[in-house]
Amino acid sequence: MGKVVVVTSGKGGVGKTTSSAALGAALAQNGEKVVVVDFDVGLRNLDLVMGAERRVVYDLVNVIQGEAKLSQALIRDKRLETLYLLPASQTRDKDNLTPEGVEKVIAALQSAFDWVICDSPAGIERGATLAMRHADIAIVVTNPEVSSVRDSDRIIGLLDSKTLKAENGERMEKHLLLTRYDPIRAERGDMLKVDDVLEILSIPLMGIIPESADVLRASNVGSPVTLADNRSAPALAYFDAARRLKGEALPITIPGEKRSFLGKIFGRKAA
Amino acid sequence: MNPFRFFSRSQSAPAARERLQVLLAHERASAGDSDLVTKLRDEILQAISKHMQIDDEKVRVTMERGAQVSTLAVDIEIPFDAKKAA
Repeated sequence: MGKVVVVTSGKGGVGKTTSSAALGAALAQNGEKVVVVDFDVGLRNLDLVMGAERRVVYDLVNVIQGEAKLSQALIRDKRLETLYLLPASQTRDKDNLTPEGVEKVIAALQSAFDWVICDSPAGIERGATLAMRHADIAIVVTNPEVSSVRDSDRIIGLLDSKTLKAENGERMEKHLLLTRYDPIRAERGDMLKVDDVLEILSIPLMGIIPESADVLRASNVGSPVTLADNRSAPALAYFDAARRLKGEALPITIPGEKRSFLGKIFGRKAA
Repeated sequence: MNPFRFFSRSQSAPAARERLQVLLAHERASAGDSDLVTKLRDEILQAISKHMQIDDEKVRVTMERGAQVSTLAVDIEIPFDAKKAA
């Protein structure tokens, strides 16, 4: 049985889709069989970030409504054999996402894949609650910024009350993925530090993704950041996060702390 | 631009941290929709409106949520003929 992971945040634009694609690809790059599911009905974007937008024929809602088989809707990544995408519908109303339908699809995916990564829409409405409903593990994507931290706190509350695990009295495994982190601004005192966010949200840290031009560059060309440039700082951070997701106890490094002398002078990674 | 402004400017992250801590303490406490201060505000206004007609424009309710204590101030103008109007 595969593990179901929800990538969620409450707030929009913090990096849920980027992280879903990058973590999915990172796991697949290590030979795991992965499917990434877009739950953002009406505003799908995972297909675009993963570079599969021209190959979408059927989507999640088609499968739920019985208009397509699951195998017809799954899109296999062109670069990685074990990475698949289940796109969201762009045109349908999100009311077509039914709890029973989602449950069936997740169960089927779980039996065929090692990892089912659910990319949640922003907000706390139906799409977001259904994306987290069947999760074994939750990844809370947060920017070091007040509104994002507040919304993450709210989402953590929902993860502890509205999921199947919570309703069965089990503990939901939650991890913080801090994205768009800028160690220089944090050091200067103009950005919340890793420890500040950890103390406020009090869930374990899964990784720190540095603010980087590589992320936009990767999405421009429709490639998960771990595939676009697997030596870039955000890619390395996502590879580490993926290993922690698999249960490895890796020490956390704060990006930028290993900056070389030349890197400091020129303000960029001297790799 | 004053080149020294960069050095003298105070840090903003501690303010972010403190504001979040206070806000989230309240939001977590009121997750079950039992925010005491909000309830009090509604009930006080209800109680007053039983005895007099309240002109919405003449009522000022202010709340200050602090880390240790919250304050609720209800400031109502009571006109001479308030009783008759009720």
